[in-house]
Amino acid sequence: MSMNGQNQAQQPEHFEFTAENLESAKTHIAKYPEGRQASAVMPLLDIAQRQHGGWLPQAAVRHVAGILDMPVIRVLEVASFYTMYNLEPVGKHFVQVCTTTPCWLRGSDDVVSGCKNALGLNPGETSEDGEFTVIEVECLGACANAPMMQIGDDYYEDLDSASTEKVLNALKAGETPAAGPQSDRKKSEPAGGLTSLQENG
Amino acid sequence: MLSDKDRIFTNLYGLQDPGLDGAKARGDWAGTADFMGKGADWIVDEVKASGLRGRGGAGFPTGLKMSFMPKESDGRPQYLVVNADEGEPGTCKDREIIRHDPHKLVEGCLLAGFGMRACAAYIYIRGEFFREAEQLQSAIDEAYAAGLLGENACGTGYAFDVYVHRGMGAYICGEETALIESLEGKKGQPRLKPPFPANVGVFGCPTTVSNVESIAVIPTILRRSASWFAGLGRENNAGTKIFSISGHVNNPCNVEEEMGIPLKELIEKHAGGVRGGWDNLLAIIPGGSSVPVLPKSTCDTVLMDFDSLKAEQSGLGTAAVIVMDRSTDIVRAIARLASFYQHESCGQCTPCREGTGWMARVMDRMVRGEAELEEIDSLLDVTKQIEGHTICALGDAAAWPIQGLIRHFRPELEARIAAAKQAAQTRAA
Repeated sequence: MSMNGQNQAQQPEHFEFTAENLESAKTHIAKYPEGRQASAVMPLLDIAQRQHGGWLPQAAVRHVAGILDMPVIRVLEVASFYTMYNLEPVGKHFVQVCTTTPCWLRGSDDVVSGCKNALGLNPGETSEDGEFTVIEVECLGACANAPMMQIGDDYYEDLDSASTEKVLNALKAGETPAAGPQSDRKKSEPAGGLTSLQENG
Repeated sequence: MLSDKDRIFTNLYGLQDPGLDGAKARGDWAGTADFMGKGADWIVDEVKASGLRGRGGAGFPTGLKMSFMPKESDGRPQYLVVNADEGEPGTCKDREIIRHDPHKLVEGCLLAGFGMRACAAYIYIRGEFFREAEQLQSAIDEAYAAGLLGENACGTGYAFDVYVHRGMGAYICGEETALIESLEGKKGQPRLKPPFPANVGVFGCPTTVSNVESIAVIPTILRRSASWFAGLGRENNAGTKIFSISGHVNNPCNVEEEMGIPLKELIEKHAGGVRGGWDNLLAIIPGGSSVPVLPKSTCDTVLMDFDSLKAEQSGLGTAAVIVMDRSTDIVRAIARLASFYQHESCGQCTPCREGTGWMARVMDRMVRGEAELEEIDSLLDVTKQIEGHTICALGDAAAWPIQGLIRHFRPELEARIAAAKQAAQTRAA
């Protein structure tokens, strides 16, 4: 993380919630008891990150600290502790490939190579046009649909090299590929026919 | 084998409407006010009598945990916190409850929350489950609109709120006190106990943290009776359980089965068997990444419940079954878990912060055989130095998979070291 390093030039001077996002922030703050507004720091940083194109500039950290009446360092601690906050810019399509053991057993190496084939990117790299970032991540909790990747807010599951490339090429072409299993099953039921809940399933 | 009439999660696969209408058609929200009318203690007693043990990994009796909450308020509000920070590798069951049967969880929050005299429930869901959080919020919104939650929940006069709080990527927040810290807007670093959450939890108030599945089965237990639930499975290992089956099986899946089902039967009936047949099995991690691996010889006969797996020096954990066939590089499979725990250590306790990194580095060498034979014992020794010497169980969770590997696959480690030495000698000659 280079909060003071090479990305300094990209740091905006100023950040402020849009009116709509400020309203959303207030909805989150209202979930917690009075005086406990710091509990809303995670959702507020998430809103800020979404407003700022998928990454969290220092100005947004300061803005959130101001709204919640928290020391900036406490907010920065949160922003740097949780992996879903990106403290540097990421591509428009943020591709997170799970490579933890259950996905690895089912061929997550092929998903990584599928990303390389379709995008020319290794894990940790961002395309020059800023469209794609690929990273490896730890277990995303969809192990019965392994291997899988998350792109933005959506899970793409039951992947192999070919289907990985197909999803990524569709995104490159400006399409919105359907999320979920890229196999012929709907969710996490056994492929090849239900073994329970057959009647009402 | 469990019959469909005894399955709790009848929309596990999301083939029906997950919304309020669909949920009511499946029997949810029926008689909720009547159960509350029987009183908080009745609910806790029923859960106790059902034999339900926590479904998040530790297996602590759920009803007993609920009973730790103060019965007389000292003025502080009390809270139920639902742990939906599902992230134990192999585990993907709570996601299915949340996106396909969310009303079971929401109704469970009200009933369990009422039983422990809580004013609200916070459901802490892992941040990556963005769509699932949307679906959960939609179920909560439906429940408010129908008067099932809020100032006068189900018309009982009891005020109860349910809130969704999204995590932002930190496995450690599945640990209950780290989760509480996170819910308060801090880094997810576990707290020392005591004080226990039932005395001082979130916002300094009495709190019970329970897993999604534990809470979501409570309405059905109250509806079908504690004795019905207790009659399933074996003594001290009651009820049904969602198993997540991943890895080298023909049909990976989630499935709800009776506790105590033989592991082999579970895999052959529901997951289409091991890839290449049962005899092609090498090993299984039976309860999520943190429990020790079992060799095939144990898998042949072991039953899937808390006590059977404990007797085999492993554990039911979250009932996430990770299957590995004979093509698996078992050392690499466990080394990958070691690097997972290194990544997820919160850094607070020295044995875990330094130890997980040390173990991951040694395991990486073990994969290539670039080690000395005596390092196997020093690795085992380090796992014992970490285990039990940290604030939370992440240190234990990092130690156990390696202990399991050494216990059952030491010859594989030794052979790899010998092969690497042989190769080095050949190169030198």
